[in-house]
Amino acid sequence: MAIIELRRIKRHYVMGDIVVKAIRGLDLDVDVGEFVAIMGPSGSGKSTLMNILGCLDNPTEGSYVLDGLETSKASLDEFADIRNEKIGFVFQGFNLLSRTSALENVELPLFYDHSGKKIDQRSLAQMTLEEVGLGGRLDHMPNQLSGGQQQRVAIARAMVKDPAFVLADEPTGNLDTEMTLEIMSLFQDLNDRGKTIVMVTHEPDVAIYTKRIITMRDGEIISDTPVTNRKRAADELAEWKRKHAYLAEGART
Amino acid sequence: MTISKLVNVSLRSIMRNKMRSFLTALGIIIGVCSVIVMVAVGSGSQAQIKNQIASMGTNLLMVMPPRGPREANRLVMADVQKLRDESSYLSALTGELRLSSTNVVGGSTYRSTSVYGVEPDYIKIKDWPVKKGEFFTDKDLSARNKVAVVGTTVAKQLFGDGDPIGQSIRIETTPFLIVGLLESKGSTGMGNDQDDVVMVPLDTAINRLTKDRKISSIEMSVVSEDLMAQAQAEVTTIMRESHKLADGAAADFDVMNQEQIIQTASQTSQTLTTLLAAIAGVSLIVGGIGIMNIMLVSVTERTREIGIRMSVGARKRDILMQFLSESVFLSLLGGLVGIILALLLTYVMRTFMHTPALVSPIVIATSAGFAAAVGIFFGFYPARKAANLYPIDALRYE
Repeated sequence: MAIIELRRIKRHYVMGDIVVKAIRGLDLDVDVGEFVAIMGPSGSGKSTLMNILGCLDNPTEGSYVLDGLETSKASLDEFADIRNEKIGFVFQGFNLLSRTSALENVELPLFYDHSGKKIDQRSLAQMTLEEVGLGGRLDHMPNQLSGGQQQRVAIARAMVKDPAFVLADEPTGNLDTEMTLEIMSLFQDLNDRGKTIVMVTHEPDVAIYTKRIITMRDGEIISDTPVTNRKRAADELAEWKRKHAYLAEGART
Repeated sequence: MTISKLVNVSLRSIMRNKMRSFLTALGIIIGVCSVIVMVAVGSGSQAQIKNQIASMGTNLLMVMPPRGPREANRLVMADVQKLRDESSYLSALTGELRLSSTNVVGGSTYRSTSVYGVEPDYIKIKDWPVKKGEFFTDKDLSARNKVAVVGTTVAKQLFGDGDPIGQSIRIETTPFLIVGLLESKGSTGMGNDQDDVVMVPLDTAINRLTKDRKISSIEMSVVSEDLMAQAQAEVTTIMRESHKLADGAAADFDVMNQEQIIQTASQTSQTLTTLLAAIAGVSLIVGGIGIMNIMLVSVTERTREIGIRMSVGARKRDILMQFLSESVFLSLLGGLVGIILALLLTYVMRTFMHTPALVSPIVIATSAGFAAAVGIFFGFYPARKAANLYPIDALRYE
């Protein structure tokens, strides 16, 4: 079953006399449980595509059906509700609210729930943070957390409303190797439990942890291939740690 | 988003920048505080003026020169004499000549004070007893004796704790003998010391201390309250005859009863109060502009935060309400502090400075409401600016 159905999507920007065609007629289907990487050089249209997928921007033409819902004609408020209920965002710069505790950052999407459902925000947010391994840091402010931990908070925030899919924009762009492996293993873990993930990245090293790589150029998809030699980030992380422990020991002796 | 969450979020962001929030609210604090204090002082002094005039005795009538230049004054002793001879409703009557800032020399020092030329009925009309010695008599008047009765402030200044009776003083160039000391009467609502006075016989004062032989006013007590209207009409008739005014000609004097005197006296202070309150109100508006300024800065500064909130599902309205409630809170808090400050200030004024200051609940409620209105009015534009941001632009903002 397709969660995302893009049909003949075009996005043109008018800048004075020039029309910039950021996306020129694009079709894409993403099924439940997929883990997709969108790659491409800058200017290839992947950010524009991400904005459209994230319901942050309307396509100039074409149709976008998200979880069975046609979105291309939605109003700003309807977009806000779709983002709240269907999409979990993870950004490169974490984008956490500063001077706001991890718990409250994760509560934020529940805060803007307009469905009127009764939810125990606190315990739901707490449970989600425990799932990403931050159960002991509920009251920490973002500046008291490492980059990897901050990104985990951001992932918990993306997951707290159990969205139709998670949309990650360069989620490991600001992280070192160890933290990158941590975050990717967390994503793989989430994906194993059935969560659909779409990740925009320009790092091939990161893309190989996904199941499918879509490459864009000049506003079009130029290749769409399944990942054959998929790696497990958890294994790599264990290996990396073992090696560094060995190196550290070697340095001591 | 529920109200309690909204309150929580706005309070938190106000507390995040304590110094800035305080400085921003300061405009409102000063505005609200000054409005309340101004109105309190105004209504306090008005109440005191009323009390004071009421305590003059209930049946007071006064003839005064018309408002305007001093030259328009045509009150003379002959008017007093004619009223004394012809009126039938008056129990006491005195002409009065008031000279302000007159040099009085006595003992080893001097004082610039008010000198009143009056007739013996004066202390009866004013209900102002003599503490020591005696007030001068009709005989002193007709003989134009150079005798004087002094108020306690003057006596203390010139003779210290010594007995002023029998002492001699010089008013301008004329020597007078002190025959009496008045009971202390305290100060008026406007802060004038009523005991800072020297009283001399009216005839003596006219002859020795003035050149134009005009008097300042005529004061009368009417026999009973029921006869006030008749008395006022009769006094007017006699005065018109005395000034030889043709029928229909405009009067060159005013006859006023107590009610009218109160009105005239409080009119000035009312105008003043309104003016001061208006100025204070302007400072409230300036405070509102301060809030708007800071909210605009805050919106720019928190563009990214707005983007994050929008990306996780905040609607335009949510953002609008968040920023609006922040500015309303800021101004309400300012208003609250302003009210408390005003209550403290007026308490200090009453207790330590003996200035009457009446704080009415209506003024407090009005200024609190006004503060909230300022918050809504000046907070709306920045809040709308925040709500109209596009999520993509806000997220990309550095």
